[in-house]
Parts: sequence; structure tokens; C-alpha cells
Amino acid sequence: MKNNWPLWEVFIRSRQGLNHKHVGSLHAADADMAIENARDVYTRRSEGVSIWVVPSEQITASNPDQKDELFDPAEDKVYRHPTFYDLPDGITHM
Amino acid sequence: MKKFEYVLRLADSPLILGQRLCEWCGHGPILEQDIALSNIALDLLGLSRNLFQYAAELKGGNVTEDDLAFTRQEREYQNFLICEQENGHWGKTLLRQFFFDVYQYYFLHALKNSSDERLAAIALKSIKEVTYHMRYSSEWVIRLGDGTTESHGKMLDALEALWPFTGELTQFDELDLEMEKIGVIKNLAQIPSQWTNKVIEILGMATLPIPEKGWMQKGGKSGVHTEAMGFILAEMQYMQRAYPGAKW
Repeated sequence: MKNNWPLWEVFIRSRQGLNHKHVGSLHAADADMAIENARDVYTRRSEGVSIWVVPSEQITASNPDQKDELFDPAEDKVYRHPTFYDLPDGITHM
Repeated sequence: MKKFEYVLRLADSPLILGQRLCEWCGHGPILEQDIALSNIALDLLGLSRNLFQYAAELKGGNVTEDDLAFTRQEREYQNFLICEQENGHWGKTLLRQFFFDVYQYYFLHALKNSSDERLAAIALKSIKEVTYHMRYSSEWVIRLGDGTTESHGKMLDALEALWPFTGELTQFDELDLEMEKIGVIKNLAQIPSQWTNKVIEILGMATLPIPEKGWMQKGGKSGVHTEAMGFILAEMQYMQRAYPGAKW
């Protein structure tokens, strides 16, 4: 629809969460309305305590056609995973 | 018994307005706003339910919240006339909501100081909700009033249609004053100026004119309704009338 309101991507931080997570998108005329709409659409079951909205058009995405060259080379480099360390007890959120 | 009547009256306005708003469910101009308005409708029904439960307790006997909400006659409902007015277009619905929200916001702030602990608790719980409702409806009034030529014109029409129903929000009758005397509600006298100031502020931002003081409709608080009321009750009461005592 030509006259549709712009699309916004919504990120919610849950009560226990440390970071905002992408939860979906919605239409709104501007940023303020996007926050209100996000509140009504995505937090009505107490999902979150903080909301971010970003105009969808501001997001630059990787090209699905390039996924082989972008992501496959990492697959056989197991040494990049820090799985060989023992974490001290005092360290959380890892 | 006077307190029963009073609590029942407090329950009626959010019930009828909530019922009205439910008509938008599935018909909102856009998914997000459809959900937003349904949320508000449910908040209002939740508030009225708390009040009906309390009223039923005050009445005693076998009376239930459902009896009070669904089986009274039209003249026994004492909601504000503005709550029963037809939805009209989106702008009219939101302007009606705005006028009511502003009243409800200041009224609940007065009610939270009630000497009646139950009413104070109910008010306190609803204040957060109505604070959001008022923000939401204010935003829409501003956007549409200060929007396009078409939206501005529609808001002018809505303002003309609804304004005569706003007087009742801030006119207090004997029952109100009696309740104030025994501390069930406090500082009623503040509400008219608080309501007027907020409405002037938002209508100003919406570039809508403040209507002159003129003749005002009244009657809802004493059970004398407009023709719109019968249609709401017909729909709202149908199930309980067709299947008395039906439960989920």
C-alpha cells in the first residue's frame, strides 16, 4: 500500500534480560507512535521493561546470496570458540 | 445503601465505554491501533469489574457482579452520556476517549485518597492504566487536529458533536456531595478546573478551538439516557437475557 505508515523494527528487553532482542516489526507514523504501538502489540503479556524501535529502512542487511562466502569459512575453525577454557565461578552472564 | 449506589454508578461509565470500544475490535484502521484500543477497552472493563464486585458485596445477598452488569434496565444505568455515544470515525472515538480519560485521570487521583480503603486500592491500580490512556488519546487528538485539512475538519465535527456531553463529567449531584461529606471521595471541587486546563492544553496543541460555554446535555448520572443506550444494552445483555445464568 502506497499510503501505509512506515515499518519499524521492535527490540524489547525482558525483565531478566541484559540486552534488547528483536521481537518483530510494526507500522507507525513516527517514532513516538512506534513506541506506543510496540507497547501495545509486544508487551501486553509483560514481556518487557524497555523498548527500542528502529526504522526498518535504516537497517542494512547482508545479502542472502552471499551467505556461502560470508559464513561457511567459519565453520571449520573450531579453535575460534573459547570452549577450551574453564570459567572461574565468579564470572556470570557468559 | 448510598455507597452501593455510588459504587455502582462509578462502575457503569467504564463498563459502557469499554463495551463501545469493543466494537472496534477487528475493525481498527490498522492492526497496531486495533490492539491498542482493545487493550484500553479491557482496562476499562477490568476497572468496572472491580467496582461491580465491590458493589455486589455492599448489596449483599445473592447479588453477583454479573447481575449488576448485565441484567439491569436502561434507567438503572448511571453512566455518563458521553460514554454511550456512537463511535463514529476513528477521530471521534479518540476525542470521546480523551474527554473521558482526562476526567477519569483526575477523578481517580481524588478517589485514591478515599476513606474507603477498597475504593482507594481500586483507584490506585487503575491510575497507571488511565495515565497511559490519556497519553494515547491526547496524542491522537493532537495528530488528527493538527494533521491534514481533512482530519482537522473531521475533528471539528467530532468536537461539535461531543462537546455538549462533556458538561456532565464535571457536574456533581447530591450523591457525589454526600459521598464527599463522609470522605468516600475527596476534593471534588478541584476536578472541573483540572479537567478544563488539560483539555485547553491539548486542544490548543491540536489547533482545535475551545468551544464556548453553552448548553450542556445531562441525564446519564440519573439514568436518563440518549437513544444510543438501548442498542448497547441489547447487544451487551443479549447472552444473559437469552440464557440466564450462563457461565463460561
